[in-house]
Amino acid sequence: MARTAKTRKTPAKSKQQGPVDDPDFALHSLQEAFEKAKSYDASEDEMMEFYRQMLLIRRFEERAGQLYGLGLIGGFCHLYIGQEAVAIGLQSALDNDKDSVITGYRDHGHMLAYGIDPKVIMAELTGRQAGISKGKGGSMHMFSTEHKFYGGHGIVGAQVALGGGLALAHKYNEDGGLCLAYFGDGAANQGQVYETFNMASLWKLPIVFVIENNQYAMGTSTARSSAETEFYRRGTAFRIPGMDVNGMDVLEVRAAAEVAFRHVREGKGPVLMELNTYRYRGHSMSDPAKYRTREEVQDVREHKDPIEGLKKVLVENGKSEDDLKSIDKEIRRIVSEAADFAENSPEPEADELYTDVLVEEY
Amino acid sequence: MAIELKMPALSPTMEEGTIAKWLVKEGDEVSSGDILAEIETDKATMEFEAIDEGTVGKILVPEGAENVKVGTVIAVLAGEGEDVSEVEAPAETGDSKDEEADSTAKAEPKAEKSDDEQGSITPSKPKSEPKSDPAIPDGTNMATVTVREALRDAMAEEMRRDERVFVMGEEVAEYQGAYKVTQGLLDEFGPRRVIDTPITEYGFAGIGTGAAMGGLRPIVEFMTFNFAMQAIDHIVNSAAKTNYMSGGQMRCPVVFRGPNGAASRVGAQHSQNYGPWYASVPGLIVIAPYDSSDAKGLLKAAIRSEDPVVFLENELVYGRSFELPELDDHVLPIGKARIVREGSDVTIVSYSIGVGFALEAAEKLAEEGIDAEVIDLRTLRPLDRQTILESLAKTNRLVIAEEGWPTCSIASEVIAICMEEGFDHLDAPVLRVCNEDVPLPYAANLEKMALIDAPRIVEAAKKVCYV
Repeated sequence: MARTAKTRKTPAKSKQQGPVDDPDFALHSLQEAFEKAKSYDASEDEMMEFYRQMLLIRRFEERAGQLYGLGLIGGFCHLYIGQEAVAIGLQSALDNDKDSVITGYRDHGHMLAYGIDPKVIMAELTGRQAGISKGKGGSMHMFSTEHKFYGGHGIVGAQVALGGGLALAHKYNEDGGLCLAYFGDGAANQGQVYETFNMASLWKLPIVFVIENNQYAMGTSTARSSAETEFYRRGTAFRIPGMDVNGMDVLEVRAAAEVAFRHVREGKGPVLMELNTYRYRGHSMSDPAKYRTREEVQDVREHKDPIEGLKKVLVENGKSEDDLKSIDKEIRRIVSEAADFAENSPEPEADELYTDVLVEEY
Repeated sequence: MAIELKMPALSPTMEEGTIAKWLVKEGDEVSSGDILAEIETDKATMEFEAIDEGTVGKILVPEGAENVKVGTVIAVLAGEGEDVSEVEAPAETGDSKDEEADSTAKAEPKAEKSDDEQGSITPSKPKSEPKSDPAIPDGTNMATVTVREALRDAMAEEMRRDERVFVMGEEVAEYQGAYKVTQGLLDEFGPRRVIDTPITEYGFAGIGTGAAMGGLRPIVEFMTFNFAMQAIDHIVNSAAKTNYMSGGQMRCPVVFRGPNGAASRVGAQHSQNYGPWYASVPGLIVIAPYDSSDAKGLLKAAIRSEDPVVFLENELVYGRSFELPELDDHVLPIGKARIVREGSDVTIVSYSIGVGFALEAAEKLAEEGIDAEVIDLRTLRPLDRQTILESLAKTNRLVIAEEGWPTCSIASEVIAICMEEGFDHLDAPVLRVCNEDVPLPYAANLEKMALIDAPRIVEAAKKVCYV
């Protein structure tokens, strides 16, 4: 079937019909739907839960940074501080019985968003037997098949193609699920991302591609690495509709997720969401942070912080400082317990060296 | 309770650093996220952030101090409701006990200690015995079938048996397979289970791997393994390692298959044996069969395996016919070599197309009175060391013939095994017969010179027999 090629400069002559008949409309229809109701109408309980979860990620990551500084966590450790609203806003809209999630190496926040016990995550960071990967994966390689969370991948961009495969499995099995595949603005320049866009759109796979644009690919700003920095447009060549979302506002993220997920669940193929966010910490713990000014980081912290933003809404809705303080206290306790557990539980048994290489015996 | 702020490490290898600048002074209120100080090493500068809320009590290590050891208490923070003036340096308040406890905990994961421990409890590598081929019942009809048909039948049978099995790759469906291996599958199973992909190896290898992680059993066909170079990241980093990295949670039962090795006059970029590449990767199964029976029985086993399998075929062998037992379910054990010709004077080990040359060489050697035993490895990982060593114990002489480069090859590996585990049985050095160590040339005469053949195997066998 030949599709009439059109560019934005030569819009379809719409023959007195609505935008629905404009083949290019599909590419921005979701954004338009989202613009109409940009903030999710959360109940008080939902809002408190978002607050609690974001705060848990923040405190957990701060503690992880501290344990790293003490030498208890080794290797690479990429913290999610500043980006909390993305994982919470999106994952709160999933159907956890059906949907799957996959991400890159900055994965602690996505695991916590599932309500996975912080103890087993922290114990993985310290490389202990009780860790979710028995201490054999580490910060970048964590999985929970029980929650349909498929990692935790250390090769930049690999999770996008793997996510395409998870989506293929949803479609093949007709299980009604979708795959949420996260990647960063850096990964967005990998070739396999576009190979996956092509097949996902061609085969109408149920997948939501999420670019967490935290402005820096390690130390390289998007402006220095990307010819098109409006990442939500990057699916256009594959006829994948894009959405441009403020990733620092959990209610906006959730509202956008509702629009995107509905589209995918209706069998209309993939959606590409760009979540504009910011990481406060370095790319990894050993980042010298010479590529941006302290003022830039401080400005985001002061004016756009996702947790402070939601706190303001909660206070406006009548929550008292004390209510919120008690949540903070509770979370500090949970994180402390996780850190103690991670510090004190034993390292893997020596025999674990040889387990899990293969599943079967030959 | 006062909170001790300790000198942080910027990296796992950092042992000490400089406090370049204090950005707070005693008495300042801080909240989590505030930057307290700048720490420097020769490599990097890091901002040291507050984790907790409180008031800066005492700064114990002044600005500009160099060679401050990681873990040293550099300041003390007074918590909520505490009087700053009462906050003392840890040594004077008796907090040193905590400090000690902390430093013990810190030292625990360090390598020195665990090395010692491992010295006494060296884990033993689990050993498993390769399984033998099932006996073929008396009276079983032997059909003559090409390798191409055997592979197709293996896929079709497994697709009938298990709804989760599907095939994807370039030209596998409507074109009926670039080398016709998937012929007829689209007609029987439809486009849901026989999926034509665009020319996008990295992408579809990733999608196949992800689908396996999601519970399906994909057979990913590469038009040739040369193109899988574009996809090797997913085969090695995604498929092979994920089960281990997840502590056994993640499964990846995918089969990557397609022709491997030199074809005919297709030049250097389309002629390479990847057996040694994949066979070096823990977490992968690597199979390279020669005849129709092994092709079918091992492909069926590969599809049923819970582990990721690289299944290396050979274009020049696709059209050869061999006997194949007509059984309802012909499945062979992975990891077991096969003695394809028994002999007592010298062992010739080979796999894939090399087995044909080895058998041809054995015939020629027989004419000269040398009785050669020929072993087809069939599986390259895990390698059946036992069959090789038992044969070596019998013949005391061994040659390995491999259609591939000699350096870091399966041949090198077999030689190492014979040296390490069969030294006492060797009456001559093990010799390898491999392709020439050059990219494969196009010209007919040069190509012929570059590839292994039976005469070269004969020559090597005679050499180890000192004839």
